[in-house]
Amino acid sequence: MTGSQTVWLYAVTRGDADSSPPAVRGVAGEDVRVLTEGPLTAVVGSVDARRFGPDVLAGHLENLDWLATAARAHDAVVAAAAARGPVVPVRLATLFSSDDGVRELLRGRRGDFQSALAAVTGRAEWGVKAYVDPDSLADSLSAPDAATVPTGQSGAGSAYLMRRRAKLAARQSAQSAAGEWAQQIHARLRPLCAASRLHPAQDPRLTGRRDWMILNAAYLVDQDRTEPFHALVRQLTEWQAGLDVELTGPWPPYSFAVPEGAQPGERHG
Amino acid sequence: MADGPLAARPVSLVDLLDRVLAGGVVVAGEVTLCVADIELVQISLRLLLSSVSALTAGSPAAAARTDPEVQ
Repeated sequence: MTGSQTVWLYAVTRGDADSSPPAVRGVAGEDVRVLTEGPLTAVVGSVDARRFGPDVLAGHLENLDWLATAARAHDAVVAAAAARGPVVPVRLATLFSSDDGVRELLRGRRGDFQSALAAVTGRAEWGVKAYVDPDSLADSLSAPDAATVPTGQSGAGSAYLMRRRAKLAARQSAQSAAGEWAQQIHARLRPLCAASRLHPAQDPRLTGRRDWMILNAAYLVDQDRTEPFHALVRQLTEWQAGLDVELTGPWPPYSFAVPEGAQPGERHG
Repeated sequence: MADGPLAARPVSLVDLLDRVLAGGVVVAGEVTLCVADIELVQISLRLLLSSVSALTAGSPAAAARTDPEVQ
Protein backbone atom coordinates (compact mmCIF):
# COMPACT_ATOMS: atom_id res chain seq x y z
CA MET A 1 0.00 0.00 0.00
CA THR A 2 1.36 3.41 -0.89
CA GLY A 3 1.11 6.62 1.09
CA SER A 4 -1.59 7.95 -1.17
CA GLN A 5 -4.09 5.35 -0.04
CA THR A 6 -6.60 5.32 2.74
CA VAL A 7 -8.54 2.39 4.18
CA TRP A 8 -12.30 2.07 3.90
CA LEU A 9 -13.84 -0.17 6.55
CA TYR A 10 -16.90 -2.17 5.51
CA ALA A 11 -17.62 -4.65 8.25
CA VAL A 12 -16.22 -6.67 11.10
CA THR A 13 -16.57 -10.44 11.17
CA ARG A 14 -15.22 -13.27 13.26
CA GLY A 15 -11.54 -14.01 12.96
CA ASP A 16 -12.28 -17.70 12.69
CA ALA A 17 -14.51 -17.16 9.67
CA ASP A 18 -13.29 -17.90 6.16
CA SER A 19 -10.43 -15.46 6.03
CA SER A 20 -10.23 -15.12 2.27
CA PRO A 21 -11.71 -11.79 1.19
CA PRO A 22 -15.20 -11.79 -0.37
CA ALA A 23 -15.04 -11.74 -4.16
CA VAL A 24 -16.63 -8.36 -4.68
CA ARG A 25 -15.35 -4.93 -5.61
CA GLY A 26 -15.49 -2.08 -3.16
CA VAL A 27 -16.61 1.54 -3.32
CA ALA A 28 -13.65 2.57 -5.49
CA GLY A 29 -13.76 -0.58 -7.60
CA GLU A 30 -10.89 -1.90 -5.48
CA ASP A 31 -10.27 -5.48 -4.42
CA VAL A 32 -11.59 -6.09 -0.97
CA ARG A 33 -9.11 -7.30 1.67
CA VAL A 34 -9.36 -8.77 5.15
CA LEU A 35 -7.32 -7.91 8.25
CA THR A 36 -7.42 -10.43 11.06
CA GLU A 37 -6.56 -9.38 14.58
CA GLY A 38 -7.13 -12.01 17.25
CA PRO A 39 -10.75 -13.19 17.19
CA LEU A 40 -11.89 -10.50 14.75
CA THR A 41 -11.52 -9.86 11.04
CA ALA A 42 -12.07 -6.49 9.38
CA VAL A 43 -13.25 -6.32 5.78
CA VAL A 44 -11.51 -3.34 4.18
CA GLY A 45 -10.49 -1.82 0.88
CA SER A 46 -7.66 0.54 -0.07
CA VAL A 47 -8.90 3.65 -1.80
CA ASP A 48 -7.20 6.70 -3.23
CA ALA A 49 -6.61 9.17 -0.40
CA ARG A 50 -7.05 12.11 -2.75
CA ARG A 51 -10.49 10.94 -3.78
CA PHE A 52 -11.53 9.93 -0.28
CA GLY A 53 -9.99 12.61 1.92
CA PRO A 54 -12.33 14.27 4.41
CA ASP A 55 -12.86 17.42 2.35
CA VAL A 56 -13.39 15.62 -0.93
CA LEU A 57 -15.59 13.05 0.72
CA ALA A 58 -17.87 15.69 2.19
CA GLY A 59 -18.39 16.96 -1.35
CA HIS A 60 -19.02 13.46 -2.69
CA LEU A 61 -21.67 12.86 -0.07
CA GLU A 62 -23.53 15.87 -1.44
CA ASN A 63 -23.69 14.19 -4.82
CA LEU A 64 -26.61 11.83 -5.07
CA ASP A 65 -25.15 9.68 -7.83
CA TRP A 66 -21.93 9.24 -5.87
CA LEU A 67 -23.83 8.51 -2.67
CA ALA A 68 -26.10 5.97 -4.34
CA THR A 69 -23.18 4.19 -5.99
CA ALA A 70 -21.13 4.18 -2.80
CA ALA A 71 -24.09 2.97 -0.71
CA ARG A 72 -24.72 0.09 -3.12
CA ALA A 73 -21.04 -0.86 -3.31
CA HIS A 74 -20.66 -0.68 0.47
CA ASP A 75 -23.76 -2.83 0.88
CA ALA A 76 -22.56 -5.36 -1.70
CA VAL A 77 -19.37 -5.94 0.30
CA VAL A 78 -21.22 -6.12 3.63
CA ALA A 79 -23.79 -8.53 2.13
CA ALA A 80 -21.05 -10.72 0.66
CA ALA A 81 -19.40 -10.90 4.08
CA ALA A 82 -22.78 -11.58 5.72
CA ALA A 83 -23.39 -14.47 3.37
CA ARG A 84 -20.41 -16.26 4.95
CA GLY A 85 -21.08 -15.70 8.62
CA PRO A 86 -22.06 -13.22 11.31
CA VAL A 87 -21.16 -9.67 10.46
CA VAL A 88 -21.22 -6.26 12.13
CA PRO A 89 -21.77 -3.71 9.36
CA VAL A 90 -19.88 -0.44 9.71
CA ARG A 91 -21.49 2.87 8.83
CA LEU A 92 -20.84 4.30 5.38
CA ALA A 93 -17.73 6.48 4.97
CA THR A 94 -15.60 5.15 7.84
CA LEU A 95 -11.97 5.61 6.80
CA PHE A 96 -8.57 5.00 8.35
CA SER A 97 -5.21 6.31 7.28
CA SER A 98 -3.67 2.83 7.46
CA ASP A 99 -4.32 -0.82 8.24
CA ASP A 100 -2.74 -0.21 11.64
CA GLY A 101 -5.60 2.10 12.56
CA VAL A 102 -8.09 -0.66 11.77
CA ARG A 103 -6.10 -3.21 13.75
CA GLU A 104 -5.98 -0.84 16.67
CA LEU A 105 -9.75 -0.50 16.52
CA LEU A 106 -10.18 -4.29 16.53
CA ARG A 107 -7.92 -4.55 19.58
CA GLY A 108 -9.43 -1.61 21.43
CA ARG A 109 -13.06 -2.57 20.95
CA ARG A 110 -12.69 -6.32 20.86
CA GLY A 111 -15.35 -6.89 23.52
CA ASP A 112 -17.90 -4.60 21.84
CA PHE A 113 -17.47 -6.27 18.48
CA GLN A 114 -17.59 -9.75 19.97
CA SER A 115 -20.84 -9.09 21.79
CA ALA A 116 -22.30 -7.39 18.71
CA LEU A 117 -21.35 -10.45 16.64
CA ALA A 118 -22.85 -12.80 19.23
CA ALA A 119 -26.10 -10.84 19.15
CA VAL A 120 -26.51 -11.24 15.38
CA THR A 121 -25.27 -14.79 15.00
CA GLY A 122 -27.85 -17.01 13.33
CA ARG A 123 -30.10 -14.04 12.76
CA ALA A 124 -30.97 -11.71 9.91
CA GLU A 125 -32.55 -8.30 9.69
CA TRP A 126 -35.92 -7.96 8.00
CA GLY A 127 -37.56 -4.67 7.16
CA VAL A 128 -41.30 -4.19 7.55
CA LYS A 129 -43.01 -1.13 6.15
CA ALA A 130 -46.71 -0.53 6.56
CA TYR A 131 -48.77 1.90 4.49
CA VAL A 132 -52.35 2.94 4.67
CA ASP A 133 -54.43 4.49 1.96
CA PRO A 134 -55.87 7.53 3.80
CA ASP A 135 -59.05 7.62 1.72
CA SER A 136 -60.03 4.05 2.27
CA LEU A 137 -59.13 4.40 5.94
CA ALA A 138 -61.39 7.46 6.28
CA ASP A 139 -64.17 5.54 4.50
CA SER A 140 -63.85 2.59 6.82
CA LEU A 141 -64.17 4.80 9.87
CA SER A 142 -67.68 5.99 10.44
CA ALA A 143 -68.01 9.75 10.08
CA PRO A 144 -71.39 10.49 11.63
CA ASP A 145 -70.80 14.24 11.75
CA ALA A 146 -70.42 14.42 8.02
CA ALA A 147 -73.69 12.60 7.50
CA THR A 148 -75.70 14.85 9.75
CA VAL A 149 -74.54 18.22 8.51
CA PRO A 150 -77.63 20.43 8.56
CA THR A 151 -78.44 22.06 5.29
CA GLY A 152 -81.36 24.28 6.33
CA GLN A 153 -81.61 27.18 8.72
CA SER A 154 -77.96 27.50 9.77
CA GLY A 155 -77.05 28.81 6.34
CA ALA A 156 -74.47 27.86 3.76
CA GLY A 157 -71.51 29.37 5.64
CA SER A 158 -72.24 27.42 8.76
CA ALA A 159 -72.80 24.23 6.79
CA TYR A 160 -69.47 24.73 5.10
CA LEU A 161 -67.75 25.15 8.44
CA MET A 162 -69.38 22.05 9.81
CA ARG A 163 -68.44 20.01 6.77
CA ARG A 164 -64.94 21.29 7.07
CA ARG A 165 -64.83 20.45 10.76
CA ALA A 166 -66.18 16.97 10.05
CA LYS A 167 -63.56 16.46 7.39
CA LEU A 168 -60.79 17.51 9.77
CA ALA A 169 -62.19 15.25 12.47
CA ALA A 170 -62.31 12.36 10.02
CA ARG A 171 -58.70 13.00 9.08
CA GLN A 172 -57.65 13.13 12.71
CA SER A 173 -59.41 9.91 13.54
CA ALA A 174 -57.83 8.33 10.46
CA GLN A 175 -54.43 9.40 11.73
CA SER A 176 -55.03 8.04 15.18
CA ALA A 177 -56.39 4.78 13.75
CA ALA A 178 -53.29 4.52 11.57
CA GLY A 179 -51.06 5.01 14.62
CA GLU A 180 -53.04 2.35 16.43
CA TRP A 181 -52.56 -0.09 13.56
CA ALA A 182 -48.82 0.59 13.49
CA GLN A 183 -48.56 -0.17 17.19
CA GLN A 184 -50.54 -3.36 16.82
CA ILE A 185 -48.46 -4.57 13.88
CA HIS A 186 -45.28 -3.88 15.82
CA ALA A 187 -46.66 -5.57 18.94
CA ARG A 188 -47.54 -8.70 16.97
CA LEU A 189 -44.19 -8.96 15.19
CA ARG A 190 -42.02 -8.32 18.25
CA PRO A 191 -42.52 -11.68 19.96
CA LEU A 192 -41.09 -13.40 16.87
CA CYS A 193 -37.84 -11.48 16.85
CA ALA A 194 -34.74 -11.06 18.99
CA ALA A 195 -34.65 -7.28 18.68
CA SER A 196 -36.43 -4.51 16.85
CA ARG A 197 -35.75 -0.98 15.78
CA LEU A 198 -38.06 1.69 14.47
CA HIS A 199 -36.77 3.90 11.68
CA PRO A 200 -38.39 7.24 10.93
CA ALA A 201 -41.13 7.08 8.32
CA GLN A 202 -39.82 7.64 4.80
CA ASP A 203 -40.82 10.77 2.97
CA PRO A 204 -43.69 10.08 0.53
CA ARG A 205 -41.80 12.07 -2.10
CA LEU A 206 -39.02 9.47 -1.92
CA THR A 207 -41.15 6.37 -1.83
CA GLY A 208 -43.33 7.72 -4.62
CA ARG A 209 -46.35 6.54 -2.69
CA ARG A 210 -49.18 8.79 -1.70
CA ASP A 211 -50.16 6.38 1.05
CA TRP A 212 -49.16 7.19 4.59
CA MET A 213 -46.21 5.20 5.82
CA ILE A 214 -47.26 4.28 9.32
CA LEU A 215 -44.43 1.89 10.19
CA ASN A 216 -40.81 1.60 9.05
CA ALA A 217 -39.30 -1.03 11.29
CA ALA A 218 -36.41 -3.46 11.33
CA TYR A 219 -36.58 -6.82 13.07
CA LEU A 220 -33.72 -9.11 13.96
CA VAL A 221 -35.08 -12.60 13.40
CA ASP A 222 -33.60 -15.99 14.27
CA GLN A 223 -33.10 -18.11 11.17
CA ASP A 224 -35.41 -20.80 12.48
CA ARG A 225 -38.15 -18.23 12.97
CA THR A 226 -37.95 -16.81 9.46
CA GLU A 227 -40.93 -18.80 8.20
CA PRO A 228 -43.34 -17.90 11.02
CA PHE A 229 -42.20 -14.28 10.77
CA HIS A 230 -42.91 -14.16 7.04
CA ALA A 231 -46.23 -15.91 7.52
CA LEU A 232 -47.27 -13.31 10.07
CA VAL A 233 -46.27 -10.44 7.78
CA ARG A 234 -48.38 -11.98 5.00
CA GLN A 235 -51.25 -12.34 7.43
CA LEU A 236 -50.95 -8.70 8.50
CA THR A 237 -51.20 -7.59 4.87
CA GLU A 238 -54.73 -8.97 4.87
CA TRP A 239 -55.57 -7.67 8.32
CA GLN A 240 -57.29 -4.41 7.41
CA ALA A 241 -58.73 -2.94 4.24
CA GLY A 242 -56.50 -0.15 2.95
CA LEU A 243 -53.46 -1.52 4.78
CA ASP A 244 -50.39 -2.66 2.87
CA VAL A 245 -47.48 -4.34 4.61
CA GLU A 246 -44.19 -4.66 2.75
CA LEU A 247 -41.33 -6.97 3.69
CA THR A 248 -37.70 -6.31 2.71
CA GLY A 249 -34.63 -8.38 3.35
CA PRO A 250 -32.80 -10.32 4.44
CA TRP A 251 -30.48 -7.45 5.30
CA PRO A 252 -27.13 -7.62 7.00
CA PRO A 253 -27.91 -6.46 10.55
CA TYR A 254 -27.35 -2.75 9.87
CA SER A 255 -30.06 -1.65 12.26
CA PHE A 256 -28.65 -3.73 15.10
CA ALA A 257 -25.04 -2.60 15.01
CA VAL A 258 -25.65 0.81 16.47
CA PRO A 259 -23.22 2.96 18.45
CA GLU A 260 -22.90 2.51 22.15
CA GLY A 261 -25.07 4.84 24.18
CA ALA A 262 -27.51 5.31 21.33
CA GLN A 263 -30.96 3.80 21.56
CA PRO A 264 -30.72 0.67 19.46
CA GLY A 265 -34.36 -0.15 19.94
CA GLU A 266 -35.58 -3.02 21.99
CA ARG A 267 -33.93 -6.26 22.79
CA HIS A 268 -36.30 -9.11 23.40
CA GLY A 269 -35.64 -12.28 25.31
CA MET B 1 -27.48 -17.81 5.28
CA ALA B 2 -27.23 -18.67 1.60
CA ASP B 3 -25.19 -16.61 -0.80
CA GLY B 4 -28.12 -16.15 -3.16
CA PRO B 5 -30.84 -14.20 -1.38
CA LEU B 6 -28.56 -11.56 0.06
CA ALA B 7 -26.68 -11.04 -3.16
CA ALA B 8 -29.73 -11.03 -5.39
CA ARG B 9 -32.20 -9.09 -3.30
CA PRO B 10 -33.58 -6.00 -4.98
CA VAL B 11 -32.96 -3.02 -2.78
CA SER B 12 -34.56 0.39 -2.92
CA LEU B 13 -32.18 3.27 -2.41
CA VAL B 14 -34.32 4.78 0.33
CA ASP B 15 -34.33 1.55 2.32
CA LEU B 16 -30.60 1.20 1.79
CA LEU B 17 -29.83 4.74 2.97
CA ASP B 18 -31.98 4.16 6.07
CA ARG B 19 -29.46 1.48 6.91
CA VAL B 20 -26.02 2.50 5.69
CA LEU B 21 -26.38 6.07 6.94
CA ALA B 22 -28.37 5.58 10.13
CA GLY B 23 -27.31 2.02 10.93
CA GLY B 24 -24.03 0.21 11.08
CA VAL B 25 -21.58 0.55 13.91
CA VAL B 26 -20.03 3.98 14.33
CA VAL B 27 -16.32 3.92 15.01
CA ALA B 28 -13.88 6.76 15.27
CA GLY B 29 -11.61 6.33 12.30
CA GLU B 30 -8.62 8.62 12.01
CA VAL B 31 -9.91 10.00 8.78
CA THR B 32 -13.54 9.35 9.53
CA LEU B 33 -15.78 12.16 8.54
CA CYS B 34 -16.76 14.22 11.50
CA VAL B 35 -20.20 14.50 10.05
CA ALA B 36 -22.77 13.70 12.70
CA ASP B 37 -24.95 10.74 11.86
CA ILE B 38 -28.05 12.81 11.69
CA GLU B 39 -26.43 15.29 9.32
CA LEU B 40 -25.50 12.54 6.90
CA VAL B 41 -29.08 11.40 6.86
CA GLN B 42 -30.31 14.92 6.32
CA ILE B 43 -27.87 15.51 3.49
CA SER B 44 -29.06 12.38 1.75
CA LEU B 45 -32.68 13.27 2.32
CA ARG B 46 -32.18 16.73 0.89
CA LEU B 47 -30.32 15.30 -2.08
CA LEU B 48 -32.97 12.74 -2.75
CA LEU B 49 -35.71 15.29 -2.46
CA SER B 50 -34.04 17.68 -4.83
CA SER B 51 -33.66 14.87 -7.33
CA VAL B 52 -37.33 14.12 -7.32
CA SER B 53 -38.73 16.32 -10.04
CA ALA B 54 -42.42 15.95 -9.43
CA LEU B 55 -42.90 16.99 -5.86
CA THR B 56 -46.15 15.86 -4.41
CA ALA B 57 -47.65 17.36 -1.29
CA GLY B 58 -46.30 15.67 1.81
CA SER B 59 -48.86 13.85 3.87
CA PRO B 60 -49.45 15.06 7.41
CA ALA B 61 -48.74 11.53 8.59
CA ALA B 62 -45.19 11.69 7.31
CA ALA B 63 -44.59 14.90 9.21
CA ALA B 64 -46.31 13.68 12.33
CA ARG B 65 -44.66 10.31 12.34
CA THR B 66 -40.99 11.14 12.19
CA ASP B 67 -40.62 10.08 15.82
CA PRO B 68 -38.33 7.08 15.94
CA GLU B 69 -40.43 5.06 18.37
CA VAL B 70 -44.02 4.12 17.77
CA GLN B 71 -45.03 3.53 21.32
